[in-house]
Amino acid sequence: MGSQVHGAQKFDSAKRAETVFSEEAMKTAQTIISRYPEGKQKSALLPILHLAQAEFGGWLSPETMDYVASILKIKPVEVFEVASFYTMYNLKPVGKCVLEVCQTSSCWLNGAEDIVKYIEKKLNIKVGETTKDGMFTLKVAECLGSCGTAPMLQCGASYHENLTYEKVDAILETYKNEGRLRSYTDLDYKNTL
Amino acid sequence: MGRKLLIHNDKVPNIHTLEVYRAHGGYASVEKALKTMQPDQITEEVKKSGLRGRGGAGFPTGMKWSFLAKPEGVPRYLVCNADESEPGTFKDRYLMEKIPHALIEGMITSSYALGAKQSYIYIRGEYFYVARILETAIAEAYAAGWLGKNILGSDYSLDLSVQVGGGAYICGEETALLESLEGKRGNPRIKPPFPAVAGLWGCPTVVNNVETIAAVVPIVNMGGEEYAKIGVGKSTGTKLISASGHINKPGVYEIELGITVEEFIYSEEYCGGIRNGKKLKAVVAGGSSVPILPTELILKTAKGEPRLMTYESLSDGGFQTGTMLGSGGFIAMDEDTSIVKNLFTFSRFYHHESCGQCSPCREGTGWIEKILKKFIDGTANESDVDLLWDIQSKIEGKTICPLGEAAAWPVAAALRHFKQEFIEIAQKKKFVDISHYNRLNKIIA
Repeated sequence: MGSQVHGAQKFDSAKRAETVFSEEAMKTAQTIISRYPEGKQKSALLPILHLAQAEFGGWLSPETMDYVASILKIKPVEVFEVASFYTMYNLKPVGKCVLEVCQTSSCWLNGAEDIVKYIEKKLNIKVGETTKDGMFTLKVAECLGSCGTAPMLQCGASYHENLTYEKVDAILETYKNEGRLRSYTDLDYKNTL
Repeated sequence: MGRKLLIHNDKVPNIHTLEVYRAHGGYASVEKALKTMQPDQITEEVKKSGLRGRGGAGFPTGMKWSFLAKPEGVPRYLVCNADESEPGTFKDRYLMEKIPHALIEGMITSSYALGAKQSYIYIRGEYFYVARILETAIAEAYAAGWLGKNILGSDYSLDLSVQVGGGAYICGEETALLESLEGKRGNPRIKPPFPAVAGLWGCPTVVNNVETIAAVVPIVNMGGEEYAKIGVGKSTGTKLISASGHINKPGVYEIELGITVEEFIYSEEYCGGIRNGKKLKAVVAGGSSVPILPTELILKTAKGEPRLMTYESLSDGGFQTGTMLGSGGFIAMDEDTSIVKNLFTFSRFYHHESCGQCSPCREGTGWIEKILKKFIDGTANESDVDLLWDIQSKIEGKTICPLGEAAAWPVAAALRHFKQEFIEIAQKKKFVDISHYNRLNKIIA
């Protein structure tokens, strides 16, 4: 339970006590766990981390990771070593909408750098930063498997492809108006907007 | 028109539903397998078909299956590798998104052949919405009795589920995938033991790519010998090619192995030629890790023969003058493209995706990216060209998994065929990038 296993983030016992899945999320977690043989519940870790990230504000706090460890009956460090390995888990707070612009070969060949610059200018942030209102975080991503529909960006579960500046405008406008957290686990995904 | 076996129905409305998929002949292979074939007969058919792993390595699938250990009382697993992450590759996503039941059908037939009672589809986390599509289709298959207990009244039962990853290219390597499926960091395992002996939770496991498993469906339906009639030599059957870059019609194409590269690039049936009337400069034919080739070598082998879309023809001449079919991630670049900058995007990718387990890869990929950045910044020296060569040669063959090779080969090939571009930048101390304006045609004011 010590803060040392969670890197630089501080561990807050009071916050940990409040960190509990909703009934629905708990049901989903149990369904995921049931897919693996008896005693192999650790296999559910990656999907449950996605669920937890969506449930608890878009990032994995030390308290959240500790809670996930308790559900799977594994050590908190086992959660942290996994959460810190994979790129989709945020170990620091992020904006409600994380815009991930693919920058690898085919996307670069089709203008991904221009898309990044355009978003930077429009939102007045640099890659890696979050807007002051906490709405958007801009990231660059490595190949997202959308090479034939480049350039593209991912936000939560949605793939926005064949991007133009006009499309980017529309995407940002829609997300801003909706104003809610976008997660990989969202059911209302769109292939394009 | 070439023959299509995997995505021939991709344009049929609602083909993603069980009802429509079934109406178009879906699940026939499960019926045929469970009612008329012994498991080993299916493996025999797959052997006869000559099917080779479609994820990139091209290992004969039937042989891989026959290696599976079958000790009494120990469960065996089939795991589908849907962690498609090789830059330039998006065919599996297309197949799963458009015709999810094609993969599920292949999983059932293949699981029966291997004696697996529990199978998993491990899909990259970024494809979360595709996992939703698969899960919906799996639920339909359960409700209709294609999955679960006593399928079609036989004594064969199978459970199938999807697991999403967390964003890591390395999990496409089969042992890293198994680690990840066990809820751990995606660090590749030392082989042997191979997964066929000790895989998921230490049990015998087969890991196959999405397209490989989907190809088992037509193989069982038509018979291995019929399937092997398609293609050329040891490159049998059809292959999904993900086409991207500066071509007129990017997308996923199913080709009969054996068509010429020239036909694939220039015919209207496939890529439709190079965009904006530009000339082709280079092609990465099989995903980012395979050697890049200049136009003259991708269209014709060093011997002057037309280059074919087959495993053998693409690798003709070895790495000196050839490349690989790999995953079929086909990236075409026009005359304005900077090979140096393209390589930089690849090398940045490999640095980002190195799991960090082996020093040559962890350190080497970082150095390669750093030195290439010097070229992009216009601060590189001529000696950096030799340094790049030196570093890549010290990664290849010195790592636990093939990510080392995947990171080294593109560097070696770019230097082999386009060395002058690197030298020019170093001499002029200037890098000009014009290629990325081709598409957007608009510069921010």
